[in-house]
Amino acid sequence: MATVELSGLVKQYPNGVRGVDGVDLSIGDGEFFALLGPSGCGKTTLLRTLAGLEAATEGTISIGDQDVTALPPGDRDIAMVFQDYALFPHMTVTDNIAYPLRIKRIGKSERVARATETAEGLSLGTLMQRRPSQLSGGQQQRVALARAIACHPRVFLFDEPLSNLDARLRLEARTFLKKLQQSLGVTTVFVTHDQAEALAMADRMAVMESGRIRQIGTPREVFQRPASTFVANFIGATPMNLIDAQLVSGRLDLGGFTLPVPDGFAVSEGDKVVYGLRPEYLSYSATAPTSKDAVQGTVATVENLGVNVLVAVDAGEHSLRAVLPEADEPALGSTAWLTPAPGRALLYRGAPPSSGELIGS
Amino acid sequence: MTLTSKPAEAEPTAAALPGAADVVQRARHDPDVAGLGRGRATVFVAPALVIVAVFLVFPAIWTLYLGLLDYSLTGATAQDPSFVGSQNYTDALSDPVFTKALYLTLLYVGFSAVIGQNILGFLLAWYFRTAPRAVRSTLNVLVLLAWILPGSVVAFLWQALLDRQNGSLNALLHTTGTAWTIDHPMAVIVIFNIWRGAAFSMLLYAAALNTVPTSHLEVARMAGARPWQQLRDIVLPTVRRHVLTNTLLITLWTFNDFTPYLLTGGGPDHRSETLPVYIYKTAILGGHLGYGSAISLLLLLANLVIAVFYIRLLRGGDDESALRKAERKARRAEAAVAS
Repeated sequence: MATVELSGLVKQYPNGVRGVDGVDLSIGDGEFFALLGPSGCGKTTLLRTLAGLEAATEGTISIGDQDVTALPPGDRDIAMVFQDYALFPHMTVTDNIAYPLRIKRIGKSERVARATETAEGLSLGTLMQRRPSQLSGGQQQRVALARAIACHPRVFLFDEPLSNLDARLRLEARTFLKKLQQSLGVTTVFVTHDQAEALAMADRMAVMESGRIRQIGTPREVFQRPASTFVANFIGATPMNLIDAQLVSGRLDLGGFTLPVPDGFAVSEGDKVVYGLRPEYLSYSATAPTSKDAVQGTVATVENLGVNVLVAVDAGEHSLRAVLPEADEPALGSTAWLTPAPGRALLYRGAPPSSGELIGS
Repeated sequence: MTLTSKPAEAEPTAAALPGAADVVQRARHDPDVAGLGRGRATVFVAPALVIVAVFLVFPAIWTLYLGLLDYSLTGATAQDPSFVGSQNYTDALSDPVFTKALYLTLLYVGFSAVIGQNILGFLLAWYFRTAPRAVRSTLNVLVLLAWILPGSVVAFLWQALLDRQNGSLNALLHTTGTAWTIDHPMAVIVIFNIWRGAAFSMLLYAAALNTVPTSHLEVARMAGARPWQQLRDIVLPTVRRHVLTNTLLITLWTFNDFTPYLLTGGGPDHRSETLPVYIYKTAILGGHLGYGSAISLLLLLANLVIAVFYIRLLRGGDDESALRKAERKARRAEAAVAS
C-alpha cells in the first residue's frame, strides 16, 4: 500500500513529441484512480512512465515515500495488467501466475501455494493446469489479475483492463474489478478511454488531453462541473449542449432565444460565454409551459436509447440535444418546448485568452 | 455505454444458427474445403506431382538401382554392369574413408550449422533488433552478400584471404607462411560455412523475434526479469518452432553442402572430406558410379532420419498436442478407475 506522487513529469520522445507534458498528480493510499482521455492524449504513456517501462524525461515519481524515478520497473514493486493480458501461451495458469514469484526466487512449493490461493480467490481453482489458449476472455483477464495480485505489490496499474471483453462481460468485470480493488485496498491506477468506465469505477479521476491533465476530481465533480468545454464534451454518454452566448441586458442571448444567467457565475454585460447544459437536464413539453425560460423548437431527429430517447430540437440557430424518458417521445417535426433544469447549466469563457474554461463565482 | 464491434465468441454464434456447428465440424474434417471435387483437384495438383516425380522421385529410385550394380564411368563395367546386390553398401560401411567422411560431415554440420550459424544468426538478430533502421539495413546487406554470392566466388575470396604467401589473414596476423587450409582444414571450412550461412538464420530469427509480443517482455520486466531471463522464459519458448524449422533447414543444407571442396578439395589426406565431397571423388573422379550411388543413398537416408527427428520435435510441445496428451492421460485414468 502506498501513495503515488508525480511532480512535473515530462516524457518527451526522440522526435520531440511530448507524450506527457508536465503532470503533477497525487494519488492517495488505496485509491482507485482513473486516467481518462481520448486516444493519443498521453494516458497510456503516463501509466508506462509510472511503471518504469518508459524513462521520464523530467520530473519525479514517488511511491510511498521513495523516489522511484530512476529505478528499473522490476524494483518499483508495481504490478501491471496489460490490455492484451500478456499471458504466456507456453505456460499453464499456475506457471503464469507464479512467474513474477519465480523471478523473485521464491521456492517452488511456496509459489505454487500462493498462485493457487490467489487463483481460488478469483474462481480459477479448476483451471490451474490449462494453457491460456484454453481459457475464455474473462478467465484470461482473471489470470492476468491473479498474476498481478500474487506478488502483493504496492501499486496496481491497469491498462484498458476491460477493452478486450465483449459488452456484456465488460459490465460484469467492471463490478468485479471495483469489488476486488476495495477488498484488496491496494492503490490502483487504471487507464481508459471510456468515460462511463471511469465514472463507474474510479474513486477519483484525471481527464487528460495532449499530455496534460485538464481536470482532477471525483467522478461526480467531473461529471457535474467539467472544468472546461473539452472535459464537458468528453464526459457523459451524450455530449453536453455547448452554445455560444452573450450577456445582453441581464439575459443570455443564445442566438434566436434567451435564457437567464445561471446562479453562481460571475459575468458582466457584454461578456461572450459558452452555455453548457447536459441533454439529461432538459425537460420536454408539447405545449407552451408557464415558465418563460422554455426554449421553443422543432423536433429534428429522434433516436431510441432503450429506456430513453435522444431528441434533437432545432431552436433559433442551434440544435439542442435532450434525453427524455420514453413516455415523452415526441413526434418528428412537432413543436417542442425544452426547459433547463434549475442549477444545472454551466458557463464557460467564450473569448480568448482563457476561452473554454469554467467561469468561477 | 459504448458498444464494441468485436464479434461475439464463435461458439454462441454457431449454436444460435441451426446446423452451423455441423458445417464447422464438417469443414474441419472434410479435406475438400474448396469444393473442387477429386477430379479437378487432381488436375490442379498434377503438374507439381509430375515435376516432383521426374526430378526427385525418379532420380532417387535410379540411385537406388545404380547402388545395386557395379556400374562405373569407364571400362567393361560401364558397358555391361552386373548386379552385385548389397555389395556396395557393405563395402561402404566397412570402408574407413567412408566412416571418416560421415564423422567429418557430422562435425561439419554440428559445428558450422547447428551451433555456429544458429547461434551467430540468433545473436545478430537479437542484438540488432532495437538498432536504428540504417544500422540494421547495412548489416542485412553485408550478411546477405555472403549468402547470395555464388559458392565459387566466395571460395575464391577465401582463397585470397587464406593464401599462404599473400593472404590478407596472414598479413593481418603477421603469420606469413601459415597454410590455414592445410594446417586446419576442418576449422577453415567450419568458419567459412558459419560466415556464409549465418545470414539465413539471422533473417529468420529477426522475423521470429518480431512475433514475440512486446507486452510479454514488459510483464517479465515488471517482474524484474533480467535480459537473459526474458530470453529463457519468454523469447525462446515463443520462437521455439522457428528455431526447430531453421535448424532443420540449415542441417539438411549443410549436410549436402559441396562448397568445402572448393576451399580444401577434401584434403589434405581426407582431413576435410565430407560425404558430398567423398561421393564426388568416388563417383565422378574415381568413376565408381555404383558405389557412389550407394553412398548417396546412405546420405539421403541420413537426411531423412534428421528430418523425421526434427519434425517429431516440431509436432510435440505446442498447445494442441499438449491438450491431446492431457486428454489421453485423462482417458487412461478414467479407464484405470473403471477397471
